[in-house]
Amino acid sequence: MVNNNYLPFKAKILDKYQQTELDWTYRLECQIKPIFGQFMEVSLPGVGECPISISDFGEGYIEMTIRTVGQVTEGIEKLNPEDYLYLRGPYGIGFPIESFYNKHLIIATGGTGLAPVKSIINYFYAHPELLKQCDILTGFKTPSDVLFTSDLDKWSQLFRVEVTVDKLDEFGNLEVIPNSCSRKTGLITSLIPEVQLPSLEDVRVVIVGPPIMMRYTAQEFLCRGLKQENIWVSFERKMSCGLGKCGHCKIDETYVCLEGPVFNFTKAQTLLD
Amino acid sequence: MGYKYTAAAFNQLLENLRKKHRVYAPILLKGKGKFSDADLVGYDEIARVEEVVFNQKSYFSPKETFYPITQTLFYFAGDEFKESVVDEKGIIVFLRACDIQAVERLDKIMLENGLSPDYYYERLRKHLKFIVMDCQESFDSCFCVSMGTNTTKNYSASVRYENGLYLSDVKIDIDGLFALYGEQFEVSPQFVETNKQMVQVPQNLNLESVAINPIWEEYGARCIACGRCTVVCPSCSCYTMQDIFYEDNPKCGERRRVWASCHIDGFTDMAGGHSFRRTNGERMRFKVMHKINDFKQRFGVHMCVGCGRCDNACPEYISLAHCIDRLGKEEVGNCG
Repeated sequence: MVNNNYLPFKAKILDKYQQTELDWTYRLECQIKPIFGQFMEVSLPGVGECPISISDFGEGYIEMTIRTVGQVTEGIEKLNPEDYLYLRGPYGIGFPIESFYNKHLIIATGGTGLAPVKSIINYFYAHPELLKQCDILTGFKTPSDVLFTSDLDKWSQLFRVEVTVDKLDEFGNLEVIPNSCSRKTGLITSLIPEVQLPSLEDVRVVIVGPPIMMRYTAQEFLCRGLKQENIWVSFERKMSCGLGKCGHCKIDETYVCLEGPVFNFTKAQTLLD
Repeated sequence: MGYKYTAAAFNQLLENLRKKHRVYAPILLKGKGKFSDADLVGYDEIARVEEVVFNQKSYFSPKETFYPITQTLFYFAGDEFKESVVDEKGIIVFLRACDIQAVERLDKIMLENGLSPDYYYERLRKHLKFIVMDCQESFDSCFCVSMGTNTTKNYSASVRYENGLYLSDVKIDIDGLFALYGEQFEVSPQFVETNKQMVQVPQNLNLESVAINPIWEEYGARCIACGRCTVVCPSCSCYTMQDIFYEDNPKCGERRRVWASCHIDGFTDMAGGHSFRRTNGERMRFKVMHKINDFKQRFGVHMCVGCGRCDNACPEYISLAHCIDRLGKEEVGNCG
């Protein structure tokens, strides 16, 4: 008899940190060893289940940064340390981290797209000798949407970190962004023409964000002369199973939950919803 | 081995099969049709062979007999989960050659796709046995011959009604009952060799050019995104998870899955508001490409088995057969 691949397991919330008005990071007691960029099916019995990417992990724990935007996530927001979440996974293909070794890695993210790559940045922050160079370009809607401010500050000690916001809002200004980062106003695409690319062949780019942001950001990098094969993106889709059965995440003959969520751009640019 | 049965003998056979199996067949469901006082041919358990409708195509496909529309996966009470149970009875289904081919398509996605078989599908599927109903002539909307799904060898027994007798070719006797109640007789199952409509199936569709084909706008203008085509389809397999809790005690409830349709609003909606394929035309393109292109690229066979049920079900008279044929003819036209 096969194992029941739909039964979740319990994971205790060890800690909970507020990132923005809507985003919370949860640290969960969990023994799994995910690959960078994988996701879990997270559920609250009686409310529902949804796919959430793993934002960080370590010995005996994983972290997820969850925006309160739907039924399940609204339920999760009410939970506190010592409460339980229910998980299945990890699922999907993650980033080919070893192919970034000794390269110039550029990570470009939009909004909560920073969460699925946070673990990669932390990994290279802990092992900076593995990279030639690392640039982090991250965009948010407004200053009050900026995630991981203390991490941004930490990363900027070793890497070049640029933070841009689409527009200023009444609640915040650029001061909320650590001053160790370069702080700008404008779309993330506007940062790319300025990025120094000393050795084009060494550049590897990771782009994670809303579909339109990923498309135009990739376009900008292609304009800079990057080859498609040196760009990776991560897709977000509705998924009910994570197992290649429910059909919601299918694009063409591809299942995002199985062949993704991380795709090389050579594949990603052929996918037509 | 072939057998013939009188109705009385076949009913004895059924009675004995029913001791260890649930036997499903297309029957006339009184008053269940689309219109007032209209009947509908659909699947339900049978006790007597006279109930089986041989001379019409069932409106719904047989998939509901082993892949329920709503299926409870597990129950929860506080922190505890309890897996739903199924009875250990076998499932015997009367169905057509194309329907059996469609089950083989469901097997591909539910058992082979991904790293592991679908636990709940496999749990019922392993109990499933096929009784193929002969197709002596094609029904109006059938295009199985064009899809290459008009025959099958994958059955326990075949059955057809002829001159007051039930004739059966038995490949795998079920508990020796077919031999016990039948009288030996030379029988080979009959399958149609031609349909009233023959369809030109495209061989090698190019997605980029298909995506800009103006026919999707035309279909989009007609399609009302009701999803009937996918509900009646024997090879559509998509589902959505659904949690419910009991009103009197919200700590207790169940997680279910329910059939979903790529034509219906919400299929791709994500929390936060993003969605894909907002127009009905794009959804039609997505479904058609899955049925006659994407599935084949992944599994080597077309998903569509040409049963024509979607054409019968569409309230806007959209014909998948015609759509496939148009794409096929355009492809040939473009090459020639």
